[in-house]
Amino acid sequence: MLQRSGRMLGFALGMTGAAALVAGVSSAAMAEFQPQKPIEFVVMAGKGGGADKAVRFLQSIMAKENLASVPVIPVNKGGGSGAEALVYMKGKTGDDHTIMFTLNSFYTTPLRQPELGVDITTFTPVMRMAEDTFCLWVNVESGIDNIDGFVKAAKAKGKDWIMAGTGKASEDNLLTDYLNTAYGLEMKYVPYKGGGAVAKELAGKNADSTVNNPSEQEPFFKVGDASNKTKPIACFTPEPIYEGVPTFKDQGKDFVYFMQRSVVGAPGMSAEAAAYYQDLFTRVFNAKDWQAYRVKQKLQGDPLSGDALMAYWKKENEVHRGMLKEMGEIK
Amino acid sequence: MMEIISLLGHGFVVALQPLNLVLIIVGCAFGLFIGAMPGLGSVNGVAILLPLTFLVPPDGAIIFLCAIYYGAMYGGAISSIMLGIPGASTAVATTFDGRPLAKQGLADKALTAAAVASFVGGSISVVLFTFFAPPLAHIALTFGSQETFALMLLAFATFVGLGGDDIAKTIFSICIGLVLAAVGLDIITGRPRLIFGDISGFMHGINFLVLAIGIYGIGEMLWTVEENAKAGGKSMLSEAVITVDRIKNNVIELMGTWKTMLMGSLLGYFVGILPAAGATPGSLMAYGFAKQMSKHPETFGKGNIEGVVAPETANNAASTGSMLPMMTLGIPGSPTTAILLGGMVIWGLEPGPRLFTSNPDFVWGLIASLYVANLFALILNILFIPAFIWVLKMPFTILAPIILTLCLVGGYAPTQDMHDVWLMLIFGLVGYLMRKLDYPVAPAVLAIVLGPLTEPALRQSLLISGGDPMTFFYRPYSGPIMVIALILLLLPALPPLYRMVTGSGKKKASDSA
Repeated sequence: MLQRSGRMLGFALGMTGAAALVAGVSSAAMAEFQPQKPIEFVVMAGKGGGADKAVRFLQSIMAKENLASVPVIPVNKGGGSGAEALVYMKGKTGDDHTIMFTLNSFYTTPLRQPELGVDITTFTPVMRMAEDTFCLWVNVESGIDNIDGFVKAAKAKGKDWIMAGTGKASEDNLLTDYLNTAYGLEMKYVPYKGGGAVAKELAGKNADSTVNNPSEQEPFFKVGDASNKTKPIACFTPEPIYEGVPTFKDQGKDFVYFMQRSVVGAPGMSAEAAAYYQDLFTRVFNAKDWQAYRVKQKLQGDPLSGDALMAYWKKENEVHRGMLKEMGEIK
Repeated sequence: MMEIISLLGHGFVVALQPLNLVLIIVGCAFGLFIGAMPGLGSVNGVAILLPLTFLVPPDGAIIFLCAIYYGAMYGGAISSIMLGIPGASTAVATTFDGRPLAKQGLADKALTAAAVASFVGGSISVVLFTFFAPPLAHIALTFGSQETFALMLLAFATFVGLGGDDIAKTIFSICIGLVLAAVGLDIITGRPRLIFGDISGFMHGINFLVLAIGIYGIGEMLWTVEENAKAGGKSMLSEAVITVDRIKNNVIELMGTWKTMLMGSLLGYFVGILPAAGATPGSLMAYGFAKQMSKHPETFGKGNIEGVVAPETANNAASTGSMLPMMTLGIPGSPTTAILLGGMVIWGLEPGPRLFTSNPDFVWGLIASLYVANLFALILNILFIPAFIWVLKMPFTILAPIILTLCLVGGYAPTQDMHDVWLMLIFGLVGYLMRKLDYPVAPAVLAIVLGPLTEPALRQSLLISGGDPMTFFYRPYSGPIMVIALILLLLPALPPLYRMVTGSGKKKASDSA
């Protein structure tokens, strides 16, 4: 009780400060909507995964900086590559107290499973918090130094070249298919349960390559340390993120791929509530902890909200539709 | 060696700071409680309290969460023994003999055994952790899906005899468990399966707890209601007494189980360090091995104290073991350590191979706190035994609604979905009927716990080898494990085969077996 009232006091102080700072649209909207009960923060993945960690980190920022007047409670709905979470959100249509943290399965799962009847354009855009990056990684003992060496080695091994990734038709699978097509390879894609397990398979030489996010593979990448077991060969980013490691663009392949890390509101959420969450996550985005986290995890992507975020979804949805078609996952 | 001892000494300075000491004690007590409540378990406890931990410095935060994890390992045995409902998947094997002991009026003996065994398992594994973390981390790194599958097969093999003499019924029960384990997302194809059209509740699969609480909790209750009616409403859930003398005698008796304790600790620790395995397979395998090694395997499942000691040493040892891949490789060894890993990121630490060198204070403070947490969990547990016994003395008519409420909450809590509660009630009925018809239920529970670990490992291995099953035998670690597993699997089949070959002269012997 004591803590609760302390939190309320902190919130009131924060509100005064925030109102002074961002006077205008947001403070006016906030006056109209205040959450009346705990906010449910749905995670499209199981406990302990990358998305779950990010949500719990966001939750800790909101609590630490007293940004929300009510508790924010993460709820894991990881079943069916996010299908469970999407169906759950659809069932929450019109709810002002349910938000969700999404990945690219936000596009791919409804595309692959039209029977779910989920239309992502009905969801309420809140805020894109970041875009996660991808690189191609190999074991340091493989002797591969650049993309040419990689292509040569992978060609020599043919179908015995193991690319470890996280699940069929996931981001990793899309990238593997892209590499196979772009360089005429026949790498075999083997799905594992999460990015951490995938990173470990490469470090333990049970796989030949991965297309992990930097945050997933970096525990095994530090030159000069005993832990330096894997290294990046090239990244799927517009600009290089590691010194001396080119992008695929530099290599003449016009291909860039990101994983969105966005906050989405339930379909049919009231405009006042949407404005409240947009303001809330703007402040979370600007918090120094989130900024530090973005740098450390090599996250990119400017904040996007409202119509701009919706336009981004529509664009990305079409990109993924094309990729899934090429894979033969959908017609 | 001296360096490790001096680092550990420094760790104790961190762990014994007043704030950290308080956090250890509060964490242990809280862990004991959530471990004992069916359905809560350490995963939920740690996840719920994670955001609160930024109030204290990182070493205090992880010490607090680890104390909860540790306490929950102790607590899981309590509901297994008293109510016959495993509080967490790690405590399933404790139910097999702990519950029969309680029914014989020996609940105090089982509870003491669980507490002491947990302490021994925890202590041995922390010592192993202190001195052999880096080389073991290297072994864990080279473990691939082939090794995981071999290990899971070994776990199944140790359990062949578990369901009693009727092998056909045991296999039937295992198959039911495997089918239930297949419900939900197929990670290899990325598509949901066995979801009965599109019932969204099935998309997250069937939680082990839903089956275990249904079969053991609800099923057991129906069973007791029937007994109660037969006994004219006089039967009690368990007879129980406790005196200081009895505790003393129990501890003395436990000295005789040192071999089982040592086996459980080592097995639990080594299974625990393997990424993705966690404490549950370790405790189940320890039970299976204890039974295989015993001179009187037929007394297992009927209240053999070694059947409590083996899984309880193993699950505590494994919970320490599963912190090894978390701290040295940055990958979780169990669902709970996955959350702890997330916590470390929140506190600004970088889990992974460099943690030992970049944050020695944190690492050694944590290791030292495990020694301290172990001691306090033991003391708290022993102190609480009289209270548990007092609960057992309540008449069944009062206890039954309380247990039912606990079961319902336990079914709802992990996923917060009413779907799981209905499912649990159905499993309760099925469990009751299976018991009436003399089908063993333990193999089904074993299969639903191990199935989700076994299946992906098998399919990943075969995908890598291009469908060649010999891949399991060619590798240095998986080869020997596979051979042992196959021998254990075939062992029970050998005597009947031998008799079939040599004719019916020995038929009598097989009848009495």
